[in-house]
Amino acid sequence: MKAKHQRLILALAALVALVGAGLLAASALKDEAAYFYAPNDVKTKGVEPGKPIRLGGMVVRNSLKRAADGVTIHFDVTDGKATVPARFSGIAPDLFKEGGGVVAEGAFDAKGMFIATNLLAKHDERYMPRELEGMTYNETTHEMKAEK
Amino acid sequence: MIAETGLAALWLAAALALLQLVLAFAGLKGNKPELLNAVRPAAVAQGVLTAIAFAALVTLFMRSDMSVLLVATNSHSMKPWLYKFAGTWGNHEGSMLLWVTVMGVAGAAVALFERALQRNAHMATLGGQAAISLGFYAFLLFSSNPFARIAEPPADGQGLNPLLQDPGLAFHPPTLYLGYVGLSVAFSFAIGALLTRQVDAAFARAMRPWVLAAWVLLTLGITAGSYWAYYELGWGGWWFWDPVENASLMPWLAATALLHSVTVLATRDALRAWTIMLAVVAFSMSMVGTFLVRSGILTSVHAFAVDPERGSFILALLALYIGGALALFGWRIGSVREGAPFELVSRETMLVVNNLLLTVILGLVLIGTLYPLMTEAFGHKVSVGAPYFDRIAGPIALALMVAMAAGPLTRWRKDQGRAVGKRLLLPLAIAFLVSISLSLFAWGRIGILPFLGLVIAVAVGVASLAPLWKRKLLRTPLFTYGMVVAHLGCAVSLAGMACDSAFTVEKLVAARPGDVIQTAGWSIRFRQITPIAGDNWTALQADMDASRGSSSVRIQPQSRFFASPPTTTSEAALLTRWDGQLYVVLGEEVEGSRWQLRIWWKPFVTLIWLGGIMIALGGALALIGRERRGWLLKWRARNARMEGGEA
Repeated sequence: MKAKHQRLILALAALVALVGAGLLAASALKDEAAYFYAPNDVKTKGVEPGKPIRLGGMVVRNSLKRAADGVTIHFDVTDGKATVPARFSGIAPDLFKEGGGVVAEGAFDAKGMFIATNLLAKHDERYMPRELEGMTYNETTHEMKAEK
Repeated sequence: MIAETGLAALWLAAALALLQLVLAFAGLKGNKPELLNAVRPAAVAQGVLTAIAFAALVTLFMRSDMSVLLVATNSHSMKPWLYKFAGTWGNHEGSMLLWVTVMGVAGAAVALFERALQRNAHMATLGGQAAISLGFYAFLLFSSNPFARIAEPPADGQGLNPLLQDPGLAFHPPTLYLGYVGLSVAFSFAIGALLTRQVDAAFARAMRPWVLAAWVLLTLGITAGSYWAYYELGWGGWWFWDPVENASLMPWLAATALLHSVTVLATRDALRAWTIMLAVVAFSMSMVGTFLVRSGILTSVHAFAVDPERGSFILALLALYIGGALALFGWRIGSVREGAPFELVSRETMLVVNNLLLTVILGLVLIGTLYPLMTEAFGHKVSVGAPYFDRIAGPIALALMVAMAAGPLTRWRKDQGRAVGKRLLLPLAIAFLVSISLSLFAWGRIGILPFLGLVIAVAVGVASLAPLWKRKLLRTPLFTYGMVVAHLGCAVSLAGMACDSAFTVEKLVAARPGDVIQTAGWSIRFRQITPIAGDNWTALQADMDASRGSSSVRIQPQSRFFASPPTTTSEAALLTRWDGQLYVVLGEEVEGSRWQLRIWWKPFVTLIWLGGIMIALGGALALIGRERRGWLLKWRARNARMEGGEA
């Protein structure tokens, strides 16, 4: 085989690898674009059970209940338009509280309950999950509004 | 006075960088060797001055000089001395000062110790280093002055983020920066080579030690950062695909590719243009990472302050340097002659495959990291998380491992596919055996990626030792050992990752003092909760006895409260055994005076970081091996000369 042909084969292999990687990224990103959901997105678009997503919103006041095992909590997440029930087993971060923002990672079960495997409410007092920036929570009406 | 000395040193260093750039440019352009004579002293002086500025800032932090704004906003007089010291770089300005210091010192090192490079290329390289440094001096002096004073000093500072108050702060950032910024040397080498049109094997041999050194430190820095996050955050994870982690991973991927391609260039004089390109890309990734972390567009413990002006400044630097280097590349690369050809089945091809896969992973990580920022610019918020990165990086990384097993067993220039297959027979047989036994013992308990990961890790581990097969071990060169150790380290690390994700046992309970918790062969007796106090924190500490078999060990997870700034952190208790780690986190108190406990048994998880250390050690061995060979040759040549003179 001539050197030129070999270079051609290598270049073709490289091209195939790059195109393949690009397609892989595109398809993965397409799923990812649907990775973050607010409760209203859940209601309008629907999320199939078992699909890993991030659910973001505010923890509804007086919705937080602790199960008898001491490590499982139930709470509702709202974005002002819709409310979704959620369950989490584990040690909740310190800044996780009623009326506070939360981003929960997990998936819905068949009954429409969100089973969170991880709660993100970072350690900094000033931390606001990126996805919730520009949203405000009304303490009295328990409503969330997206600022324009 | 100290602050002013530091600031003056910084300005002086910046002026010298400008001088160095002008001298190198004018000297090379006008062919005036007398101008070039001043370039090396300028670089050395710059290194000394940045070191002085840095020492000044460290002194201010150690003395808790609250009249300096940076100290007042980031330190506290009650802090233990280690965190006063390490807190110097636990903030935006300090970390950028560390950045330019590393850059200055690296430039001085290139001026002092680089002997292999031709004089013109050496001068052009130092000119390039000065050009990059200049931008970062400007950034520091105009938008992030670490030495600014305040009129009314407070009695006490605001304190350091408690998450950072850990011995890890003394090690992780400096090591990471040494590697991260050390890559600027490779960038400058590429610039110098393009300007002087000297891209050949000799150039690659001169550049290789610098790349190796930066890569070793970067590897150590990332490994340390991963372990720190693992024990400090209390989440039991060791990599979160956080944009900031990606910011350190991307230069590492590029540097790893560069390390291999520069070897091809040094040994076989092939892949000339590609190597230059990678040298540019590696440090560009460092700069992109800095932009992501320092511009405040991300929320993270690493992003200290949000200031859009700084973001645009770094973005401008980024555009200038990356754009400039790529333009130079496009302009000059046509005049670089084609390198040596090679056959399709050869070590060179295997290394091309390595480079291709590393570049693809790099590209995918870059896309995943930047995608949310790009969509946000169009008013659409998207987050890209671990599922994306796991899904794309996992399979390609496994393919890369397979290539890594085959590469060292393939000969340079030309080999036979059949012969390579024969050499791979043993690893393949072992992979087969491992997959059979794993299927028998762990079927249904183990996911597909961890399964493949374990099989490949064992096979690659065996294959990476194969280059030593049938060789005289004492006469094998040190850099061959370096390669073997580094590749084995990759296998060890992969095995740790696979074991962690496949076999970790987690237990979550709310327990009363006196309870005994059984999990994964461990029996943990929860004795009591006691309040304790440290230098600048108070804590609730759980006393527990963990036992497996006869002996029991006291473990004490804590929940710590820091007053300034007010924060609670969780200090996990870690019990390390040869076959894994017991990881216990204390949560909050719930009704019935019970305490939440999260307990993990993580089999062989420590292999992840052991592998990281082995990879770095392999790089260090290769570095020492290459350098020692150079010294030996020189020494022999000198002896021969002297003997000749006497005779």
